[in-house]
Amino acid sequence: MKPMSSLTYRHFKDRLFFWTVCIFSALTAIPLILIIWEVVKKGYKQINLNFFTETAPSTLDAMLARNSGELIPGGIANGITGTLLMVVIASLLAIPTGILGGIYLSEKPKTWFSILIRFLTDLVQGSPSIVIGIIAYSWIVKPLGSYSALAGSIALSIMMLPLIIRSTEETLKMLPGSLKEAGLALGASYTRVILKVLLPSAFGGLFTGILLAISRVMGETAPLMLTALGSSAINWDILKPTSAVPLLIWEFYNDPNLIDMIWSSSLFLLLSILLLNIIAKQVARKWKIQ
Amino acid sequence: MENTITLKKQTVENKKYMSTAIPEDPILQLKKVSISYTAGKNAVNNVNADIRKKCITAIMGPSGCGKSTLLRAINRMHELYPDIRISGEILMNNRNILKMNPMEVRRMAGMVFQRPNPFPTMSIYENVLAGYKLNGISLPKKEKDELVETCLTNVGLWNEVKDSLLKKGTFLSGGQQQRLCIARALALKPEVLLMDEPTSALDPIATNRIEELLLQLKNEFTILIVTHNMSQAARISDYSMFMYLGELIEYDKTQNMFTNPKDKRTEEYLNGQFG
Repeated sequence: MKPMSSLTYRHFKDRLFFWTVCIFSALTAIPLILIIWEVVKKGYKQINLNFFTETAPSTLDAMLARNSGELIPGGIANGITGTLLMVVIASLLAIPTGILGGIYLSEKPKTWFSILIRFLTDLVQGSPSIVIGIIAYSWIVKPLGSYSALAGSIALSIMMLPLIIRSTEETLKMLPGSLKEAGLALGASYTRVILKVLLPSAFGGLFTGILLAISRVMGETAPLMLTALGSSAINWDILKPTSAVPLLIWEFYNDPNLIDMIWSSSLFLLLSILLLNIIAKQVARKWKIQ
Repeated sequence: MENTITLKKQTVENKKYMSTAIPEDPILQLKKVSISYTAGKNAVNNVNADIRKKCITAIMGPSGCGKSTLLRAINRMHELYPDIRISGEILMNNRNILKMNPMEVRRMAGMVFQRPNPFPTMSIYENVLAGYKLNGISLPKKEKDELVETCLTNVGLWNEVKDSLLKKGTFLSGGQQQRLCIARALALKPEVLLMDEPTSALDPIATNRIEELLLQLKNEFTILIVTHNMSQAARISDYSMFMYLGELIEYDKTQNMFTNPKDKRTEEYLNGQFG
């Protein structure tokens, strides 16, 4: 029989394993912290009131400001409004559709149709965003003959859809079956039980899912390049090309005079997404399913 | 030959146990009711019984004997699960509820579940009126206030919650929640109140309150209660059914059944030899 290794040795092995785990988890955090640090350090200077109210500066203005050592004038108002416009339209399209789809999946989990839908949502969720951009391009941009906020919104809504469908399904599945039975036992119709009992009870989960989907598409760049294209002015017309914050970051990157704006725009985007995530977490905690 | 004769005798006697129990003035009549979850295997087998108006009838039996299954058939809860098959007839006031619109049936037969399940998003006030809200019936404010007060008073909850009617129902204790659920069922003024082990998730004090409540309610409502607890059945019910392996073994006045059970299995169950 193999002799048992000494207790001190086994204890040492335990400690070694524990510290290895600690070190590696710290290693994963380091790049994240560095990214945030870099973005904050380089970006905070440009953020002032103008940053939110003025459109992106021209190369010439930026170059003059840089040469005289001043801050670059202008801001990203065209990007902020464009992102807002497209995210709102995308939400209007994706939220009702996604919630209804999620209700179907949770109510009829085992039909061939729901298995197909579940497979397709996984497929869309896993497909590269540029592919979705190309699809929106061929569906909307080509027939309408112009890049537009509408095309961008549709690309974003396609990306939001699987997230909302699945979060709705998961939340509804977590509700106790007794809730539905209680509603039906009062003689209520199926529709009313879903709309007045199940959906309100699942509100926290649904809302969290929606916020996370929004924060996911807010930073999408590739699908917007092929659909919304970008615009140097503030645009509220859904049939015209529109800018967005991530598109502006890409434009700033291509212009050596505007390099500084990359960081402030990234900081803005990062903070907005962080804010959405914090709200989502709070809502999820406050409206937890009992 | 002799064997068949004794068997026949027994069936005749079996019938006799039933016949002594059939109450006059039935509100519910179960006729050859069989229910199966999987084809060919009945969870409830050929149950015949009449249930008397304004009485408490208890359904007893060991776990898995089909008592909850039978109860849930009466307000068509089984329709949520497509595999379940029901045969036979269930008459309520001489109408076959299996042929009626399930929404109508469920309003006539209120249900209280094992675990209190008030709607978590609704206040106490809204929970009582949930039946109306979910049926799309709007009442004038005054009528709503009265209804809430009457129903909560009926279940002995009014004094405890009258200052916090707008709080969520889920803030109440388990026993209070269950009384709220009873109030919610009563608000629709059902003909029959079906209760599926309504006190099994509650402590003895809360249980006691609910039992007292049921004794009051039977002046107005017919109550059919599934219970695991024999002493509960003995304390509150007027009639008792004993079910075993999906069959209705004995159905009699509670007093008769507890003092003088006619079937051996009933006797063994009541003596705690199985269950």
